[in-house]
Amino acid sequence: MTSHVPEVDCTQTVEWLYEFLDGELTEERRIAIEIHLNFCPPCGSVVSFESELRRVIADRCRDQLPDQLRERIQAALAELGEQASN
Amino acid sequence: MEFMPSLYSAAMRLTHNSSDAEDLVQETYLKAYRAYGGFREGTYLKAWLYKILTNTFINSYRAKRRRPEESELDEVEDLYLYRRLAQSEAADAGYSAEDRALERITDTEVKEAIEGLPEAFRIPVILADVEGFSYKEIAEITDVPIGTVMSRLHRGRKGLQKALADYGLQRGLVVAEPVER
Repeated sequence: MTSHVPEVDCTQTVEWLYEFLDGELTEERRIAIEIHLNFCPPCGSVVSFESELRRVIADRCRDQLPDQLRERIQAALAELGEQASN
Repeated sequence: MEFMPSLYSAAMRLTHNSSDAEDLVQETYLKAYRAYGGFREGTYLKAWLYKILTNTFINSYRAKRRRPEESELDEVEDLYLYRRLAQSEAADAGYSAEDRALERITDTEVKEAIEGLPEAFRIPVILADVEGFSYKEIAEITDVPIGTVMSRLHRGRKGLQKALADYGLQRGLVVAEPVER
């Protein structure tokens, strides 16, 4: 069943790291990386760091939407809608 | 309107100021409305709004700030931040030094690190790492082939790690040169 799963080493793991984290690897390659991670604690630590970094980046660059912006845009859209229906 | 907060955050990373970001988001919604005659909620609405946002930004809001040349990012090696953080402090029992250092990265540092990237890399990094779009969606939003998206993302992420490592270095969280593993 795993006959198409390639064998990967640490170098290959780093090369495919982002595609792995992005969920963009083929099934065979994803399984190959997961197998490697089971046997290689240093690569496991890299993957957990990079995935945690991803979470930190996504979490820390949210800005509070200014209160009046939503209203301003709704008003502008309503005006457009009225123009369209006239 | 559910995507407005994330569009606004992306607009902030692109324009660097709230007044331009607000105008950019408003213009995006108005263009979308005019093109569609309204909004149809659906899978593609978010990607489509981002496409209008990035195109509008590129055509009319581009800031003129000095950023690293695109080629400078080629010099950054893989796992740049990890390799520096891993040697920065002795690991505590049960919790690695690099994971603790991540906790100490501030919102401002992350925002500035992204805003400092060259545009060609900043846009895919925002779309992938902040908004979670797939390579295929980013290719459609930015009108470039998937291979180009992947290479820009890769270089953008290296640039981001370099910038975060530089902030860490200033704060004494990171070592200057990694030891080969």
